[in-house]
Amino acid sequence: MTEELLGREYQDGEVICRQGDYGDCLYVVQRGQLVVLHEKDGRTAVVGELNSGEIFGEMAIFERLPRSATVKAQGNVLVLTLDRRAFLRAVHEDPSLAYRILQMMSHRIRMLTEEVSRLQAA
Amino acid sequence: MAPVLENGSRVAVIGGGPAGSLFAYFLLTFARRVDLDVAVDIYEPRDFTKAGPIGCNMCGGIISETLVQALAVEGIDLPPTVVQRGIDSYVLHTDTGTVRIDTPLRERRIASVHRGGGPRDLEERRWGGLDGHLLSLAQQQGAQVIASKVGDVGWDNGRLEVRGKTTTRSYDLLAGATGVNSIGWQLYEKLGLRSRPPQTVKTYITELKFGSAMVTKYFGSSMHLFLLPLPRLDCAAIIPKGDFLTVCLIGRQIDDDLIARFFAHPSVKRCFPESWAPAPGACHCSPKINVREASQPFTDRVVLIGDCGATRLYKDGIGAAFRTAKAAARTAVFSGIAAADFKRHYWPIYHSIARDNQYGMVLFGIVDWIKMLRPLLRGILHTASVEQYSPNGDRRMSLVLWDTFTGSAPYREIVLRTLTPRFLGGFLGGSLRAAALSWRERSRAPR
Repeated sequence: MTEELLGREYQDGEVICRQGDYGDCLYVVQRGQLVVLHEKDGRTAVVGELNSGEIFGEMAIFERLPRSATVKAQGNVLVLTLDRRAFLRAVHEDPSLAYRILQMMSHRIRMLTEEVSRLQAA
Repeated sequence: MAPVLENGSRVAVIGGGPAGSLFAYFLLTFARRVDLDVAVDIYEPRDFTKAGPIGCNMCGGIISETLVQALAVEGIDLPPTVVQRGIDSYVLHTDTGTVRIDTPLRERRIASVHRGGGPRDLEERRWGGLDGHLLSLAQQQGAQVIASKVGDVGWDNGRLEVRGKTTTRSYDLLAGATGVNSIGWQLYEKLGLRSRPPQTVKTYITELKFGSAMVTKYFGSSMHLFLLPLPRLDCAAIIPKGDFLTVCLIGRQIDDDLIARFFAHPSVKRCFPESWAPAPGACHCSPKINVREASQPFTDRVVLIGDCGATRLYKDGIGAAFRTAKAAARTAVFSGIAAADFKRHYWPIYHSIARDNQYGMVLFGIVDWIKMLRPLLRGILHTASVEQYSPNGDRRMSLVLWDTFTGSAPYREIVLRTLTPRFLGGFLGGSLRAAALSWRERSRAPR
């Protein structure tokens, strides 16, 4: 890893957060691509991918529930970790900090709605 | 009617450092969110691509953990062409010993950058400065950069007038982001701002050319902090960059003698190769830093952001520029541009920075006192180094040191954390253990 990069490096296949675990941080992808996996009844499905600049892990922060999915590195990636307390303190001072997260969540709901509708039509 | 920004409103930003650029960036971003069409001009005569003081806003060049994280959440990228080194730890040097403290997860959470085009003895330009990067982000949002000094300002029928070298333009709002190292205060007074200007002290910064491989070998990705019992020196830092080391000294009347005594101190010499000595003629400056805020940072249609208003004491000045710039932009777009709007929505953030600095004064006062008391200093180092191997993850002292010297938490919170019985008990216990160890070592030493 070059010295000019920020965050923590994860190798190909390394898990950043695991479905079912309790988490007290959220993440921002700095470089590289990650895959989002969901496990149900012993079967694992790829439910999305994450790219540079994207935020994940926010659901466990707002809902205080176990992680809803597993996120794995695809190739070498760099991820920045934000701990819950520091993040919520910053949002408390400046609620507009959460705007981009809302935007991303809204985009993900839109994608999910389309997916549900596609599955129902099939 | 109280003034607000409307479609077609024009905003002048005096100064294109981080505060000015971030203000323009957020103002234009927020305006777009509510379909408000405003024009922003940034007056910045400097060319941040030029090496040496001519293209530099003179500063240590550290982007704190909190700011790195806030920028990441905002989607403001700090590319490897700007970040010279990701910092994952700091090493505290005192004359009784050294301790290294890592970030949680050993993550590179702090960025070291050059503010301008780089030191004047730069040979190869591999990185761009932070200021140029932020200014170009503001331009991408639609801000215009006017590469000229502001000659004069005034009022014309309730609108602001800004006179450049050849042109006079009128505006609805003016954001002052001139820092404390350029002339700007008279302009604000002309516009009717009645305020006590910020109080400043002089610092000393020098850029040592060391070579990338040598920087990595001797300083790694750690920020090195020095608490030494040298009279007039409050604290010092060596910040590893790409090919250079930035050395910052904060204290009173920093002169050649104090600088020489700093580099000659055994704790500093130990960090460098044996034969190394500071080369004469290295790029250096003595910028002022804001140590007490301007008492009144706004009037109707005028708001001061960044260092010419308030900043965090000694640490995270760029973080304070971010906070004040964003709060002022938020106020202007979502509330209004009258003094009453800034009082209601901007002042709480501004005042919280200023009030927190009072706790910072107390904290740095304690640090100043402790660095003269070797048994307590040894206690701090011992407690922090034991914590690095603590199986239960109890890192109270390390976190207090980390947050104090990196500016990652409000000073008030740090002071309150040190006042708990567990912290004080741990510190006292650590000091006694360190004293016992030191006594044992001395009694074993051959006479």
